[in-house]
Amino acid sequence: MNAIAYTVSDSATMLRRQMRHMLRYPSLTVIVVGMPVVFLLLFVFVLGGTLGSGLGASGAAASGAVAASGAAGGRSAYLEYIVPGILVMTIAAVVQGTAISVAMDMTGGIVARFRTMSISRASVLTGHVLGSMVQAVLAIAMVLAVALLIGFRPSAGPMAWLGVIGVLALASFALIWLCVALGMVTDSVETASNIPMPLILLPFLGSAVVPTDSMPGPLRLFAEYQPFTPIIETLRGLLTGASSGNDWILAVAWCVVIAAVSYVWAMRLYERHSVH
Amino acid sequence: MTDDHSPAAIRVTGLRKSYGQQVVLDGIDLEVARGSVFSLLGPNGAGKTTTVQILSTLISADAGQVQVGDHDLSREPDAVRAAIGVTGQFSAVDKFLTGEENLILMADLRHMGKREGRRRAAELLDQFDLADAARKPVAMFSGGMQRRLDLAMTLVGDPRIIFLDEPTAGLDPRSRRTMWQIVRTLVASGVTIFLTTQYLEEADELSDRIAVLDHGKLVAQGTGAELKRLVPGGHISLHFGDAAVFARAAQILAPASRDDDALSLQVAGGGDVRSLRSVLDRLDQAGLEVDGLTVHTPDLDDVFLALTGQPEARSEPRAQTQEAIAR
Repeated sequence: MNAIAYTVSDSATMLRRQMRHMLRYPSLTVIVVGMPVVFLLLFVFVLGGTLGSGLGASGAAASGAVAASGAAGGRSAYLEYIVPGILVMTIAAVVQGTAISVAMDMTGGIVARFRTMSISRASVLTGHVLGSMVQAVLAIAMVLAVALLIGFRPSAGPMAWLGVIGVLALASFALIWLCVALGMVTDSVETASNIPMPLILLPFLGSAVVPTDSMPGPLRLFAEYQPFTPIIETLRGLLTGASSGNDWILAVAWCVVIAAVSYVWAMRLYERHSVH
Repeated sequence: MTDDHSPAAIRVTGLRKSYGQQVVLDGIDLEVARGSVFSLLGPNGAGKTTTVQILSTLISADAGQVQVGDHDLSREPDAVRAAIGVTGQFSAVDKFLTGEENLILMADLRHMGKREGRRRAAELLDQFDLADAARKPVAMFSGGMQRRLDLAMTLVGDPRIIFLDEPTAGLDPRSRRTMWQIVRTLVASGVTIFLTTQYLEEADELSDRIAVLDHGKLVAQGTGAELKRLVPGGHISLHFGDAAVFARAAQILAPASRDDDALSLQVAGGGDVRSLRSVLDRLDQAGLEVDGLTVHTPDLDDVFLALTGQPEARSEPRAQTQEAIAR
């Protein structure tokens, strides 16, 4: 076997290891899948009536949502508005789990053993990345299923769906690598579980929950230029069939940059990470 | 030492490592013969673990040449990794997997093929008395079982050179004996073993050669017997019940070192029957009654304390030691 074949086979072995962890200790998976579903239900049924009514006043046109009168109409309009935001929050929740499981691995002795073995250097980390990708797929599928169940009716065609899958996969990949690195910057699992918290918060400071043009000056500026907003807007455009302009270029660019920088950073940290 | 002429499994010259201002290894030279057991003995903080971490490619050295199993450590780290097995001081098992899954994980990473991997895993589970626990998660294993699994995982790919960093630390006496037995079996099959320990008994029991490491320097190297000869620690200890008898005996046996409070004398030498008899004869002729007698033969504890124990007086014995070894 050549080097690439070894890398593939070692990464597959590491992925199997991650899947075993997930099956044996499903609590982390349940949390990262369950939390976004709870968020979706909260936003739609608790806040949705009121927030949905406000959509028409500011920016519903841009998002493509249809303004409707009455709380029920507001709620269904809001469901359409919030789903892309919840999808991004789902990724943010999954990557919290990535940081925790990477930190747990690095503080245990098994990784030291891997380092003394003749295996592909990247495979330990790619195992985590692939494992988290599987979690992301599960979580996103779960959120979409619940959204459809409570009345979400996207108008996206097959090509648009492919675009949705592509954007979600790319964003997951980028944020997972970021959290692989974040899981290694600290020696404690507790700290590792807190560092990625801003990722949960960032969608709120973007167009996930309400349109950015309803926000006050400086916050609005931040909200419009942070990476989550173009990702959310691209998803929203694809799902509702509306045009999201150049957002998709920005979204892809952000993801590629975050993934590349995080990958290099994570590999560096892995090579340098002190042994216990 | 019959292995002196066979090529070395591990050869280290001028190994140095510092963390900032703190010098951890200050120029280490050592050679481990193929198929032998080499013990690196030293107190906590001497640099034992750092040495193992460097030799097993975990961390890099600041200076020095290292050859492990015919491969240069800095040029071909992956070839070194393929030749070695490492059991570190801290448990290196996956606690979320079962014992069997841990072993199969190792087999997969060694690219052994599914059937061969399973066969080897079953064999090792049997050999290490873990067959009953094979399907239990490792988190439920006892300390001794985890240690055995740890070593079994190291052996999956049949490495020819094995590093054991304090393999029996924290084990009960029975598990320690089991571990010793495993080491002996491995050596009998031609494997080279490099182990670190702070237990002198362990080094003495297992090793062909022992090196004593202190403050990042090797202060002595040799077989257990050679090291013991370095320190003339043997003496006969005599205890008396009566102060007058004690005083007479001290005169007769001078220049013995005396402890007036405990009424005891320590006479140098005494490892052999003849010197013991001569001491007793002299006391008999004087009609002196001895209450108690112990014969103290030098052990590695004496060596260890003499070489590492006294920070001020250390430089001189070290120079002598090095000479003794050079001869």
